Amino acid sequence: MTEHRGFDINCIDLVELVTDYLEGALDDEKRATIDAHLEICPHCAEYIEQMRLTVQHLGHVPLEPALELPEQVRRQLLAVFRAEPR
Amino acid sequence: MHGVTDEPAATTGASLAEQELLERLRARDERAFDELVRAWSPLMLRVARGFVSTDASAQEVVQDAWLGVIRGLASFEGRSSLRTWVFRILANIAKTRGVKEQRTTPLSSLAADEETGPTVDPSRFRRPDAEKWPRNWTAEGVPHHWDVDPVVGVLRGETRALVSAAVDGLPERQRAVVVLRDVQGFESDEVCDLLGLTAENQRVLLHRGRAKVRAALEAYYTAGSR
Repeated sequence: MTEHRGFDINCIDLVELVTDYLEGALDDEKRATIDAHLEICPHCAEYIEQMRLTVQHLGHVPLEPALELPEQVRRQLLAVFRAEPR
Repeated sequence: MHGVTDEPAATTGASLAEQELLERLRARDERAFDELVRAWSPLMLRVARGFVSTDASAQEVVQDAWLGVIRGLASFEGRSSLRTWVFRILANIAKTRGVKEQRTTPLSSLAADEETGPTVDPSRFRRPDAEKWPRNWTAEGVPHHWDVDPVVGVLRGETRALVSAAVDGLPERQRAVVVLRDVQGFESDEVCDLLGLTAENQRVLLHRGRAKVRAALEAYYTAGSR
């Protein structure tokens, strides 16, 4: 009887491949190995889920309104734009 | 149905909306230019700030970038998207300024100023010479489930501030990649283009940045439960 493919990778190595995995940057072999591991390891599955949640959280961070070009600078740029030869 | 459809904002070439914008800009439509400056400057400032030492410096960088855009408009062929082009100008100026301020080391020495090593505390894993389950999670080290508000779209002020702070605390290139990719939704090859990174470089930076933010969130969500 063959050992489960999920044993071909260790948790400590898997956590360093999470981003490649989520980005679809792993070859089919590697991805299949990780998928197999996730079947038998709820902890790694939890870790990957936490990375997904992290990305979700990041997607909801708005830019601070404080970072803006001052009105004066915008006016100057507009003046340059206006004066630029076609 | 055949015919011209609105292409998605692609990593190469300009979408229909961008083509219109480009035409308006070339026609010296001041309203279009002003709107563009207002819309894109906040993000440009944030990206620039990742490379230079002060807000004032970032502002100058963004200003110079817009000047570069104005000068280059006539010869811009639209082969890349307008956004990619503008941000590439910005990134080049920001990097040069950053090097001058000695805040940034040139990208060629990426390895030199980037940290290496595991992104998860190695003590959370069983030793390589452990009799059972070597290199697997320890009982104490396993990640605990997060009790996340199901309506993540309405991020509570607390978590939003936490994530923001975690991002601000990242090393500059990790911050640049995380902000552009995950906060702003730029595509992977756009970011590589803007920051002059290989796909692999970019993934490494993204990985390390995300891992740090995850750790910050983990501390928050599991406080008191360990």
